[in-house]
Amino acid sequence: MQHSVKYTLLFAAAVCVVCAILVSSSAVSLSELQQANARLDKMKNVLMAAGLAEATERLSAEDINERFRTIEAVAIELETGLPAPDIDTAAYDQRKAAADPDTSREAPPNLSVIKRLPHHAVVYQVLNNRGEVSMLVLPVEGYGLWSTLYGFLALDADTRTIRGLTYYQHLETPGLGGEVDNPSWKALWPGRVALDDTGSPVISVIKGRAGSPQEDPYQVDGLSGATITSRGVTNMLRFWLGEAGFGPYLTRFRESQTSTMKAEEESSDGDTGEKSIARSAL
Amino acid sequence: MATPAKKVLLDPLFENNPIALQVLGICSALAVTTKMDTALVMCGAVIFVLTLSNFSISLLRNQIPTSIRIIVQLTIIASLVIVADQLLKAYLFEISKQLSVFVGLIITNCIIMGRAEAYAMQNGPSSSLIDGIGNGLGYSLILIATALLRELFGAGKIFGYVVLPSVNEGGWYYPNGIMVSSAGAFFIIGLFIWALRVWKQDQVEEEG
Repeated sequence: MQHSVKYTLLFAAAVCVVCAILVSSSAVSLSELQQANARLDKMKNVLMAAGLAEATERLSAEDINERFRTIEAVAIELETGLPAPDIDTAAYDQRKAAADPDTSREAPPNLSVIKRLPHHAVVYQVLNNRGEVSMLVLPVEGYGLWSTLYGFLALDADTRTIRGLTYYQHLETPGLGGEVDNPSWKALWPGRVALDDTGSPVISVIKGRAGSPQEDPYQVDGLSGATITSRGVTNMLRFWLGEAGFGPYLTRFRESQTSTMKAEEESSDGDTGEKSIARSAL
Repeated sequence: MATPAKKVLLDPLFENNPIALQVLGICSALAVTTKMDTALVMCGAVIFVLTLSNFSISLLRNQIPTSIRIIVQLTIIASLVIVADQLLKAYLFEISKQLSVFVGLIITNCIIMGRAEAYAMQNGPSSSLIDGIGNGLGYSLILIATALLRELFGAGKIFGYVVLPSVNEGGWYYPNGIMVSSAGAFFIIGLFIWALRVWKQDQVEEEG
């Protein structure tokens, strides 16, 4: 069928308008549900990093909230490591904050291609049944090969030993860099040591195979065929555990741990409730 | 043969299967069939897009200017795929994460363009709708059969439930590695095509 140019253009415009309305109305009407899903997914990843959930487990929203009861989200100021109580941890969006000049600063030069650092970050403190912090879960991000990888690093309360690492968002090549999601690679992390005795980050993903965590604590096996992603993981962990990242917070946390330990020695019959209050105030 | 509508619906299952005979949509058939649940959701998404795209393109078939018909078809298909992707992200978030780009890639799934161009542009809306469902089912049939075999022999599970307890989990079954990789899907689909052509001799191509 032969149509005039005018008809063809009008028809094309009409199709575009109808399709645009269809797409945008579905995106707008479903965005609330999608955001709730993304929030739950993030919480699940915190649980996974902390070893409180398995990747293959199917968890309902209630399950996730239930397991999250022993986890305390704490907003901190990155530069000083001090708590920032006026930040709403549930609503805080680190990526948005990093993009806004009012809530971020220029990042020092780094290998993770992080351009702006937010003033604040939300860390998760996992409490044991005595109400003491047993683990810290820190958000980490950094450039791999194709994309920025976003994930969580779980550290022991000694702030040096890694308890787990998991990524919840990345666009690395499936089968190569995408193997950061591989459970058997992730299983290599717990027990490795991220910081040396002076508190500076030394962990690295090497080319080839590292020994067991006991004999080779500062190294993790590289992903074969994914040198650049592996290097990206090293860079981002070193960046976020270093002075520009969570370094000040971790130093403060270590100091608070040793001071409570001293206090514990001084008053051995100290009541645990008080201690946990003292600790959460720090 | 029965009524035409029934023929339109059922022919794509065995007589004219989009994957086995027309060899369309192979790419996603390799990618999403390691597990039953991802395969099922993918099938649902493809049926949704294929049915609605066939229907709406057929409704417009006499209005679409020939010079821009492919791009119009593609616009409609792309919009439907985005809607399907949004729905999955809202209601089946976990699975949509596993399907990742493959939902988006339904746009380039040859079955959908193929049916739009070959069927919906020539036939009325109701039979195009049925043709969409039929071809969607034909695609699903192969995907689900492939996923069933791959998950069973690759992981010893069906729908994530253990059927053959694997050695890693303290059982006796050694999972077949090739089933987990895309090559496994090639073998299964190849065997499927062979079986179908033994059964239906007229599908065998002339050697020439």
